[in-house]
Amino acid sequence: MIEVGTVLDERVFYLDRAMLKAYADASGDQNPIHQSEEFALSVGLPNVIAHGMLTMALVGKYVTDWAGGAAAVKEFSARFIKPVIVPADQQVDLTVSATVLEVDGDRISINLSATSAGIKVLGMAKAVVIK
Amino acid sequence: MINPDSVGRTFAGADSVTVSQSEIDAFCAVISETNTTVAPPTFSIRISLSQYESILTQPEIGVDWTRLVHGDQKFEIFRPIVAGDVFKCSATIETLRVAAGNEIISVRSDLHNGSELVVSSWSTLVVRA
Repeated sequence: MIEVGTVLDERVFYLDRAMLKAYADASGDQNPIHQSEEFALSVGLPNVIAHGMLTMALVGKYVTDWAGGAAAVKEFSARFIKPVIVPADQQVDLTVSATVLEVDGDRISINLSATSAGIKVLGMAKAVVIK
Repeated sequence: MINPDSVGRTFAGADSVTVSQSEIDAFCAVISETNTTVAPPTFSIRISLSQYESILTQPEIGVDWTRLVHGDQKFEIFRPIVAGDVFKCSATIETLRVAAGNEIISVRSDLHNGSELVVSSWSTLVVRA
């Protein structure tokens, strides 16, 4: 039963440098802050960071799987509040969960939570799906 | 500095961007999506971001792409993108404000296939001081 306040199962995704490279190629965003540690450090970042849109794509996968397919996703939004930091030779987590905000017939709004290493990386993350 | 006269204006992007199945496959592969018959919900950023870059860095608008940070993103998806979609793209600069020397612009991207609006998206882009 889906009702306002229903909490959806948490899911953990893992990111590594290979995934960042694959996302750079798939999205066309080749900004070196997502691939080169030397460059990232030179612009004051703590290390290579994931593309905000990669984080959002993974959260989108969470939404898609829950909704029963990408065609069910009508609206999706998020604010990038902290970077997901991806050191070399490591897998870092992206832990996603959600709560039902509103149910209007088959139209369901959910509020999404996304953290990495315990730090909230997305703010105001919401999706509207038809389910 | 971004030209303040560009606020409220809509700029036409490429006349046609054709979506291929291999592009959808590559995007799906990154997020382990096995259903590749439609594009994932955030796929259109691949099109919008490159359009933004070519439009917003024109001298008459003046965005410095090397100082750009993505602040937030919203998608309204009227139907999922599929291989074979041919899009006309536009970018509308909705607002511009300056905070602590950073220029914060809100840009809207509409992807039309013929007369059909398929995806509208909004991006807040921050040009760091």
